[in-house]
Amino acid sequence: MAEVLVLVDHANGTVRKTTAELLTIARRLGEPSAVFVGDGFDAAKEALAKYGAEKVYRVESADVTDHLVAPQAEVLAQLVASASPAAVLIPSNSAGKEIAARLAIKTESGLITDAVDVQAGDGGGVKTTQSVFAGSYSVTSTVTKGTPIVTVKPNSAAPEEHAGAAADEVVSIEVSDAAKGAKITESKPKQATGRPELTEAAIVVSGGRGTGGDFSKVEDFADSLGAAVGASRAAVDAGWYPHTSQVGQTGKQVSPQLYVACGISGAIQHRAGMQTSKTIIAINKDEEAPIFELVDFGVVGDLFAVLPQATDAVKAAKG
Amino acid sequence: MNIVVCVKYVPDAQSDRTFNDSDNTTDRVGVDGLLSELDEYAVEEALKIVEAGEGEVTVLTVGPDQAADALKKALQMGAHKAVHVKDDAIHGSDSVATSLVLAEAVKKIGSPDLVITGMASTDGTMSVVPAMLAERLGLPQVTFASELTVDGSTVTIRRDGDAASETIVASLPALVSVTDQINEPRYPSFKGIMAAKKKPVEEWSLADLGVDASLVGLEAAWTKVESFTKRPPREQGQIVTDEGDGGTKLAEFLSAQKFV
Repeated sequence: MAEVLVLVDHANGTVRKTTAELLTIARRLGEPSAVFVGDGFDAAKEALAKYGAEKVYRVESADVTDHLVAPQAEVLAQLVASASPAAVLIPSNSAGKEIAARLAIKTESGLITDAVDVQAGDGGGVKTTQSVFAGSYSVTSTVTKGTPIVTVKPNSAAPEEHAGAAADEVVSIEVSDAAKGAKITESKPKQATGRPELTEAAIVVSGGRGTGGDFSKVEDFADSLGAAVGASRAAVDAGWYPHTSQVGQTGKQVSPQLYVACGISGAIQHRAGMQTSKTIIAINKDEEAPIFELVDFGVVGDLFAVLPQATDAVKAAKG
Repeated sequence: MNIVVCVKYVPDAQSDRTFNDSDNTTDRVGVDGLLSELDEYAVEEALKIVEAGEGEVTVLTVGPDQAADALKKALQMGAHKAVHVKDDAIHGSDSVATSLVLAEAVKKIGSPDLVITGMASTDGTMSVVPAMLAERLGLPQVTFASELTVDGSTVTIRRDGDAASETIVASLPALVSVTDQINEPRYPSFKGIMAAKKKPVEEWSLADLGVDASLVGLEAAWTKVESFTKRPPREQGQIVTDEGDGGTKLAEFLSAQKFV
């Protein structure tokens, strides 16, 4: 069976949930081979084996980790040439999409981004599903040239455990000078919030203009549910919440099991980022707010009254 | 400092965006279009750099006749000249072919010190053309800049990632994509609107660029849209008005749906 390359998303060996999802998808297409770039392989090995990675290609060169995406594209291009995989699966974040873009040009291969489903194609290859135009259309596509390269959105598959050998093979790479043109000179880690990552969370609670800048009740409610906290563009533009928490067209696109919009009117910009959520709840003072068109459950009221009451009730129910 | 800004003419997100039934491509003609909002930040940033020093801003687009509207808006904002690559053979091109045409056009414009793009288009939203263009032009790419400074022979950006805020330095020439956090795009002034009418807009065909038509368009695409389906509108669920028990009712809904 042909190999399927999966670029591992990790922080110093702590493998993110998206990688388990990609390995699960890879098994539909062939035999998963993880590509692990950076330090911390020993910590990652167990997680990769648990979700079915038969092989792990390891790259530990500082030339790769200190520079932006270009060297990782060179690594993958080298592996595509040597392993002739059935497909390459990459997490659909900003770096992942750029690596995929460069890889597509290097290997003359078709690229599909932001897939929400990937299946084996009828006559080989892959068949992907994407959600486009702010979630108003669903599009199925195939790759017609080269090695299919697909970036896959978080929550596109439920991770399934499947024991793999995770036999590691160190890959040596000569990074070209051209790929070293952009260097990361400083990196200031963000303070951890202790909450789940926005795009991976099962529940997201977001605040907008209606918070007036006070996110405390939104955060309390999110914490009672173990949820991630998001924000509308209006709240981010006002400086109330960081841009990395923005849900919408120019922020994160999320697709959780439950999305709770607090004091968010629901402009098309915001809808583009949350419309594919399974269940949607909104709390808004304005009964005419367009967000109510989307909801499974809506409360017309003041979020500063509704949220604390709901938070207490959730805590009580959880005991 | 000479800067090329790549811009895209996109269907207005406020209108009913759709596909062409005949070939599954995005409908760019039957729907009102405009300069992609995210490209305004790229135009603004280029203008700021040139205004602080010297040089010219050239806006470049690949698209149908109507795409001239996107160039016009950029010229009204203050760009110095525009290049419109149009050719019937380009219709249906994927990001790979688009990046090829853009790359050849950038070369023909001359070797700019900077190529600036938006962070994504508002229609396809792939965010891959900047990286592809950098790959084809052999330029370092520094993308998703929320701050940008140019200093002699280098460009430095700040990028706000999920885990860290990074400073990234690249040597010029380079390709930069900018986010909507980087500036506040100006509105065209009356003077700008009048001045734009006299600014040069060059129209180039594929032949002018020496690009073989068989490398672009729908037939040459390396991916194929098999089908598109309009998602049924979500049905509105239960709406309650808070009469002192809104939070309790919300929690009851969560319990009934097994979220709690």
